[in-house]
Amino acid sequence: MDTANFFLQALLTADMTIRVSVVLIFACLAGLFSERAGIFDIGLEGKMLISAFFTAAVSYQTGYIWYGVAAGIAASLVFALIHGVASITFRGNQLISGVAINFLASGLTVVIGHAWFKKGGLTPPLSDAGRFHEITLPFADALRDVPILGPIYADVISGHKLLVYVAMLIVPLTWWLLYRTRFGLRLRAVGENPASVDTAGVSVVRYRYAAVLIAGVLCGLGGAYLSTSQGAAFGKEMTAGRGFIALAALIFSKWRPWYALMACLLFGFLEAISNLFPNINVFGLFEIPVQFTQALPYILTVVILAGFVGKAIPPRAGGEPYVKER
Amino acid sequence: MANTQPTERQETAAPAIELVGISKAFGPVRANKDISLSVARGSIHGIVGENGAGKSTLMSILYGFYKADAGEIYIGGKKTAIPDSSAAIAAGIGMVHQHFKLVENFTVLENVILGMEDGPLLRPSLAKARKLLQRLADEYELGVDPDALIENLSVGHQQRVEILKALYRKADILILDEPTGVLTPSEADHLFRILQGLKEQGKTIILITHKLREIMEITDTVSVMRRGEMTATVKTAETSPEQLAELMVGRKVLLHIDKKPATPGADILEIKNLEVTDEKGVKRVKGISLEVRAGEILGIAGVSGNGQTELLEVLGGYMPASGTIRINGTEIDLSGKHSDGQSRRARGIAHVPEDRQSEGLIMEFSAWENMIFGYHNDPAYNKNALMMDNAAIRKETAAKMERFDVRPPIPALQAKNFSGGNQQKIVLAREIERNPDLLLVGQPTRGVDIGAIEFIHQRIVELRDEGKAILLVSVELEEILSLSDRILVMFDGHIMGERDPAKTDEKELGMLMAGMETNGGAN
Amino acid sequence: MDKMPKWADIVLIPLISLMLAFAASGLVVLAIGENPIQAITVMVKGALGSTSGLGYTLYYATNYMFTGLAVAVAFHARMFNIGGEGQAAIAGVGATLVILAFDWPHWALALPFAIMGAALFGGFWAAVPAYLQAKRGSHIVITTIMFNFIAAAVMGFLLNGVLKNPNTQNAETVKFPTGAHLPTAHEFLAPLGINFSKSAPLNISFLLALLCAFLVWFLLWRTRLGYEIRAFGQSEKGAKYAGISAFKIIMISMFISGALAGMLSINVVMGEQERLIKEFVEGAGFVGIAVALMGRNHPVGIILAAILFGMLTQGGFELLWEMPNISKEVVLVIQGMIILFTGALDYMVRGPVEKLFLRMKKGA
Repeated sequence: MDTANFFLQALLTADMTIRVSVVLIFACLAGLFSERAGIFDIGLEGKMLISAFFTAAVSYQTGYIWYGVAAGIAASLVFALIHGVASITFRGNQLISGVAINFLASGLTVVIGHAWFKKGGLTPPLSDAGRFHEITLPFADALRDVPILGPIYADVISGHKLLVYVAMLIVPLTWWLLYRTRFGLRLRAVGENPASVDTAGVSVVRYRYAAVLIAGVLCGLGGAYLSTSQGAAFGKEMTAGRGFIALAALIFSKWRPWYALMACLLFGFLEAISNLFPNINVFGLFEIPVQFTQALPYILTVVILAGFVGKAIPPRAGGEPYVKER
Repeated sequence: MANTQPTERQETAAPAIELVGISKAFGPVRANKDISLSVARGSIHGIVGENGAGKSTLMSILYGFYKADAGEIYIGGKKTAIPDSSAAIAAGIGMVHQHFKLVENFTVLENVILGMEDGPLLRPSLAKARKLLQRLADEYELGVDPDALIENLSVGHQQRVEILKALYRKADILILDEPTGVLTPSEADHLFRILQGLKEQGKTIILITHKLREIMEITDTVSVMRRGEMTATVKTAETSPEQLAELMVGRKVLLHIDKKPATPGADILEIKNLEVTDEKGVKRVKGISLEVRAGEILGIAGVSGNGQTELLEVLGGYMPASGTIRINGTEIDLSGKHSDGQSRRARGIAHVPEDRQSEGLIMEFSAWENMIFGYHNDPAYNKNALMMDNAAIRKETAAKMERFDVRPPIPALQAKNFSGGNQQKIVLAREIERNPDLLLVGQPTRGVDIGAIEFIHQRIVELRDEGKAILLVSVELEEILSLSDRILVMFDGHIMGERDPAKTDEKELGMLMAGMETNGGAN
Repeated sequence: MDKMPKWADIVLIPLISLMLAFAASGLVVLAIGENPIQAITVMVKGALGSTSGLGYTLYYATNYMFTGLAVAVAFHARMFNIGGEGQAAIAGVGATLVILAFDWPHWALALPFAIMGAALFGGFWAAVPAYLQAKRGSHIVITTIMFNFIAAAVMGFLLNGVLKNPNTQNAETVKFPTGAHLPTAHEFLAPLGINFSKSAPLNISFLLALLCAFLVWFLLWRTRLGYEIRAFGQSEKGAKYAGISAFKIIMISMFISGALAGMLSINVVMGEQERLIKEFVEGAGFVGIAVALMGRNHPVGIILAAILFGMLTQGGFELLWEMPNISKEVVLVIQGMIILFTGALDYMVRGPVEKLFLRMKKGA
């Protein structure tokens, strides 16, 4: 194919990559905060799902998108709190708690959704004021005619919904919070060696709850994006495993914010490819099956975990409830 | 060396720390009984004692980790309550733990400011800390690279970070808990220079140790703890290692076992130049050699943590080592590749481990399931290639329980429901009745009531009279003295010496255990 | 001394957790404006009220027994196997390959080979994460989750490609030879004069599930291997002391776990669908976790819990007819609550119960 066509395809792919990665970025950063404080969270999927539902439902009901987002975040926070209480206060098994949350979200979204809207779990399509719209960055239209850089700015960087920009901003914010503030230092210490923080007179419990709640907010944003930006309604199981891809991205990124962004973009890129180009012909020799591209994020994560591409060492105190040594 | 402060100052200054009547009990165990202690400002005070004497509990109370049941604490003459670590820090108390509380993948600087950051933003806190750290390092010879990651530092340097943490928090009183356990001799010397420097700056230092050499070398005053009580406080210059050792181990009524003299036979166990390094790269056993003959009990005395545990683990088959070990003349593999409990057992070695609750028994299993633990592959316990013969095992367990007077004699009862003494009897019944050539025994009567102790001792002697070799490791001197035919003392991974139980006493053993040479060796 | 009598530990606490779970679910039903008591009644009637309902209930229970046993065996070795979904799916491929290889004359001949195929494939799918955990320390929870997704991709690839039935649009294989047809409950019981529902897919795999439960019990409590698995699961240090190889235990227990999950494919793929389709596991792998937790990882408890969950599933479908305002997904809510209360919130129930017994003992 000629260069102009190729460039156009590239733009399209880049644009879709960004849009598709946003959910992953929110969920991945949520997991980042939680696991950095030592709380494993495999319930990212469930939190996003419940948020997606409530965002769409309340947005439709009130006709105002921001009420919806607030509701979605609130719902995700409730689930995050359940996980926190079970893991921190009752020192339960964090993995089982995560599984439970996923079950509850899958069930509650449809049960409440159907009882509310009588559509078997779907929410009605959102009105104009009830969802996010594309934002045109300044000078986008004027610059479009500039060769190469113009379309990149106008079509790939500009023209996204609000939450996309929010997601992109949260990455440097997360980095700053974790590495440039007292809060971040203590949070990371809690996940590596809670005893070190305890003997310094700082509350391990408080920081773990903080992390869990931050995760709740971020998952809330991710879910809100799903049902109001990527789509315009909630559908059953619409997270479709993205919470787990985000988990894979988190491990792939070795629990670091900028790497997390890159991992999410990579996995988003894979999803975009599998959507736009389901059959890739390699030098005319054979076709890469679309399922391979779909499975690639998971395969890569296993490769990383097996230590074949460097060691992926999780926060040392992860997954273990903190009990004062006697 | 004696404190040479002018007398007037000594009389008018309040002690840095004063404890009055501190008591603490954990259930029936009274870890601290009415402890009173006074430490002068600007001095180095040692607290010495054996395992279980109560030193760590006392320090934990000072550091706010535990709350005393009774008694008062006075800091600088003022009564102070220490309900948690923050209060301790506020009172000027800094603790250098035996097991460092550092975050391995943070830098030195980050570890030092953790919890003491100067405001919500890190950059300014780190900058301020860096300057302060440099000043402290220069003043006290505590040089460390502030940007180094903890995991890349030597153990000695990691310890310096712990000290810097305390100093950064403006600690006037520093408590060091067994600081030289993981240090090389030169690192230990450097540490002592640092402590001297701190003392000259007016800091007060409390040094907890079981090593008499350290006490004699750098402390001004020393307290001795034994069985939860403070038995004495003296000026170091006015005492001697012998006196301290006697105070440490005391003259107690010996639990005397009536035993025939040993008639030892051939060498069953032969160890040459054994060296063991732990996962952190610290050498725990530094080249020891010993033999145990048939029909004799070799007792290994020593404060725990001096290599005895590693020795048992190597013999038991779950720790790699270098050197040579022969059982009945044949060498055993020490690489850790083929070493495993099953092959050791096949060689005729039985093992009563030091930690019965997490190694020797499965607490959730019943007594009969525990009675075959380690021996479950024995054809006697299996009906065929597939099935175990549970009925036969239960029957044998009942018989064993009777022979070893395990109470209650219920094979189906879970191990966690037996008292400590009876749990130990189950382990002993299992290991002794295997008729091993060599029996390894670690802390056989730890947490065991008086009645069971005598029984257990008798069975061990019986086994020896049947011509078996027994390697006994214990921190209880009475036990060592009453059971052993020969005694070796381990200190800091070495064997300090061999003694004949009939010709030695607790005092001499106490000295050896504390690292002092005896028999012509002055301190 | 024990903090509470054994019966309290095995029966009382799970029962309290179960009641809390149902109470919480009931609140949800109330919140959407329906009557929870009525809902439960409808569900129970739907599950047990007719041979058709009973048949479906036990058919689902069969699936849950397999996945529950799978999770339990791994749990006894301290391994949390969340990969049942993927293991069962891949096992289906194994069974299918065996069944489609020949024109089987009789099911009694086809079945054992199909079982072997399913067990091998399912066991293999669990063995890879097990190897990574044992040799390279990769956390088995994460790897088994990843393998679930990889399995789905593999299924999609095979069923749209190599294994696809050329005569249809759907991603599925050709129909299995009639010789491989497993007798259903109806066919089994008719000669005995019992008129069991024809439509219920309950088949001979139910007996296979009961057999597996017995075999698991036998393995864990009557063989040396089972002894070693349980000892290792209780105490890693103790296992080292006793010379029990961690690698061996992790590999074997996970292989068995995967093979057990794989038996689900016999029930669904061979017994009901009679061809391989893409999404035949339908979440049973995760329900297995709830079943194992409720059943305290013991085969008897698992059988009972599996039947309970089978009732819930079938009852959920019945709800669709009688109370159309409540979606069948309410079953997911109940399952989630059960996992939450019996699994993660265990101490919330255990704490007060222990205190109660302690106080009773002191007062006595």
